[in-house]
Parts: sequence; structure tokens; C-alpha cells
Amino acid sequence: MADIFYSKEHEYIRVEGDTGTVGISPYAQEQLGDVVFVELPAAGKALTKGGEAAVVESVKAASEVYAPVSGEVIEANAALEANPATVNEDPLGAGWFLKMRIADKAELSGLMSEADYAEYVKSIS
Amino acid sequence: MADADPTEPLGRVPLHDAHVALGARIVPFAGYEMPVQYRDGIIAEHGWTRDKAGLFDVSHMGQARIVAADHEAAARFLETLVPADILHLKPGQQRYTQLLNEQGGILDDLMVARPADPALDGTLILVVNAGCKEHDYRHIEALLTQGVALIRDDDRALLALQGPAAESVLSRLAPQAAEMAFMTVRPLDIGGIAANVSRSGYTGEDGYEISVAAADAARLWERLLADADVKPIGLGARDSLRLEAGLPLYGHDINQETSPVEANLTWSIQRRRREEGGFPGQVRILDEIARGPLRRRVGLLPEGRQPAREGAEIRTRDGQLVGEVTSGGFGPTVGGPIAMGYVVSEFAGIDTALDLIVRGRAVPARVVALPFTPHRYRR
Repeated sequence: MADIFYSKEHEYIRVEGDTGTVGISPYAQEQLGDVVFVELPAAGKALTKGGEAAVVESVKAASEVYAPVSGEVIEANAALEANPATVNEDPLGAGWFLKMRIADKAELSGLMSEADYAEYVKSIS
Repeated sequence: MADADPTEPLGRVPLHDAHVALGARIVPFAGYEMPVQYRDGIIAEHGWTRDKAGLFDVSHMGQARIVAADHEAAARFLETLVPADILHLKPGQQRYTQLLNEQGGILDDLMVARPADPALDGTLILVVNAGCKEHDYRHIEALLTQGVALIRDDDRALLALQGPAAESVLSRLAPQAAEMAFMTVRPLDIGGIAANVSRSGYTGEDGYEISVAAADAARLWERLLADADVKPIGLGARDSLRLEAGLPLYGHDINQETSPVEANLTWSIQRRRREEGGFPGQVRILDEIARGPLRRRVGLLPEGRQPAREGAEIRTRDGQLVGEVTSGGFGPTVGGPIAMGYVVSEFAGIDTALDLIVRGRAVPARVVALPFTPHRYRR
């Protein structure tokens, strides 16, 4: 079974083995509003925990998406180019941004569990 | 100036509670807590306004009057501040113009109307930008001449009803609304509510701006929203609608450095004023009209899907810096990214190929005529 972790910046990473699928949380897409463009990294790109991984643009503004952990991009979600609104419609599913090979799974311990993240969202909204 | 002092407490519009009840997302804007979107979101709200009728609360804007003994006295005064022909405004006519500084830069852009009622001869009705209003009023007051007064109408709310169904919606409550021409004003009784209505707006669509006493705002808001063709629209869609309509936003596309000629607003300086002058910055402005400005506000259509935002550099294909994007984003009706900005005049011709620099990379774009979506005003 996959485990899901969240960052304070509202990225999630769904972990299966040493692979992680990264996207933005339902709360994040709700705050952004209609997503109109997503800029994704190329496969092979090295990501650093907390560093820029992608850019998501709503009608109003561009926002950075940070890497929740360090690692290497395996695949970006090419379907978002034609249908960026998928990020709004299914953020935890078809609206994923990228898959990555996790460099050090110990970094996951710095992230929030699903329950902790739900509490966190409640505390800021 | 468009950005209010962040240490000042935010003001609330009379309809604040109505916005919250409708699920609005409230954001700070020009010193006020304003609805940026409701539950449907910006793209749906934008589309509704283009297809039906959108209702906007723009009560943060400044409403004021200049009052003098007669129209000529009021107009002669205002003409020392703005480059439009105010003197020849007919009763019930409205005009777009700009408050200028001595260098011909724009302090604010505004609507000026001459009331239709002969009993109000000598009054000019102003609507100015929220973020500029305090500065505007101080500027006007400092220049007032004998027998001319500025009266703030801070106890009034302003609603905008915009879109192809606006006429049918408002006519159901006030039949005379249908007879109004674009850029005219008149008092209307809207289902028992006394309003001052102008046929104008900031979306490129036909529509009305409706000024009422703050105490009547909630009643009017509910009356209009009760029509199945009307939905509430936030400031987010107001911005995407005006961008598609090619209309400049103060503090972004026009400011104290830009002249009306550079801003592609020369149409708003009527011939008599060009011939007679007598407005601030006339040396620069008349010279720019005669010889052409050094830079111009243009429309920019990026290739692909990537939006270019305010502040993006504009470069020629061989890398020469020739301008800057002043508004940019996504046009829901266009279905892709759109922008406007200033470009050195030599590169401002329609179809000129340019690059917009977004996060260090060049996005190819070309200069296009404004507006991006045709205006549908009721002339």
C-alpha cells in the first residue's frame, strides 16, 4: 500500500518503494483556483528537498511547487500540458505533477501524515 | 499608489456580508476586503459575464462630484486637470479621461459624467480608482478655484451589471434602461430604489454601472441576483475580462510615468483640447501626438500555453531589451495566454515578432491589435 505525505507548502508525495508521485493537495488547488498552465521538469532532473520542482499557474498568478524530498525526476505528467485543469479536478489522482526516485527515504520523516496535514489545513484556514 | 498602505486597516464595502454568504474568497485589494471570486471560480465567472450578465460590487471605487455655478464653470475647472473635452459634454453624457501630472504622466484614470437633469447643471460626477482616490481628492482639492467644490460621495455603493443580458435584466426592473446609449448617464428608479446609472463598464461587454446609496446596496444586489441570468462575479474575472478587452489597469498598465499617448489613449483627448492645450503636461503630450511617442502600449499574444506576467521583459528575437509586460495572464475567452505591455515604438507594429522572458526563458510572442475580444458596447 502506498503511503502519502504532505509538506507545509501543500505538496504531497505518494510513496511506493523508492518511487514518489508528487502533486499539490486539494487544499492547494482550491486556494490557487483555475489552473491554466503547469511547467514541469524534464526526466533526469535532480531535485533538492525544498527546491523548485515545477511551476503552477492559475488565472491570477504563478506559484512554485517545491520538491518535498530530494531525488531524481523519472517522469513528468505530460497530460497536464493539454489539460492543466486536471490539477483542479483530480489533484490526488490524474492531476499528479511528477514521479521521482527518492534519494533518501529518511527525509520523509520531516513531512506530515495525512491526518497531521488535515489538522494543519484546519489550523490555517 | 494603487497599492494601499499595508499598515492601514482594510475597509469593508456595504455588501461585505452578502459576499461572504455567497462563498466569496475575500482578499485585500486597494485598501478594501474584496471578493476575488465566488464558488464558481474565475474562468466560469468570466464566461458567464461574456454569455449572460455578471454582477460586480465595485463599491471600493471613489465616487465624487465637482460642483460649480454652472456647467461651464465646472468644466473649465476640470479641464485644467484632464485632457478630455469636458466643456462640450452634453447633458447625460459620460467620458473617459485621466488626471495628469505636470509631466503628462497619469495620476489616475476616471469617468466623468454631466448629469442629464438641468437642475444639476454645474455638477460633474466622477468615478475614480479605489487605490488612488485619497490622492486624487487631495490633488483636486489643492487646485480648486473660487466657486468650485469637491464633494465626496463616500456613502454610495457602486454595482456593475455587465454582459449581453444586462439590458434585458435591468429593463425588467427599469424599462428606460433599454433606451440608454453607451456612455450616457441618467437617474433610474430600479424597483423602488433611486439609482444613478451609466451605460458603461470595464469588461468590453454592454452593461451598466449603478450608483446607489450604501443603505440600498443590499436590496439592489438581491433584486439583480434574483434574475436567473445574473451571477455574482469577483475581481479576478473583472481583471481577466478587462485584459481581454484591452483596457488598462491603473498602477499596472498606466501610472505617473506613462502618458495617455504612450498608453494608446490618444482617442480620449478630443480635438479641441489638442488644439487649445491648457492641460497638465501638454508640452509632452502634444509633442507625442505630433511626432509619435517613444514607446507604446500594445497587445501581446504569446505562442503556446505559458502565460507571461507583469514585469516580464520584452526582447527582440536577437535579444535587445525593448519593453516590459504590464499585465499578463490567461484569457478565458481567448483560451490561452494574453498580455499587454510597453514596447519601443519601432517594435510596436502589429505582427512584430518578440520574445517575452519568463523565468529566464524566451516565450515567442507577437504584437497584436487590442482588444483581444471584440467590444460589444451598445452604441
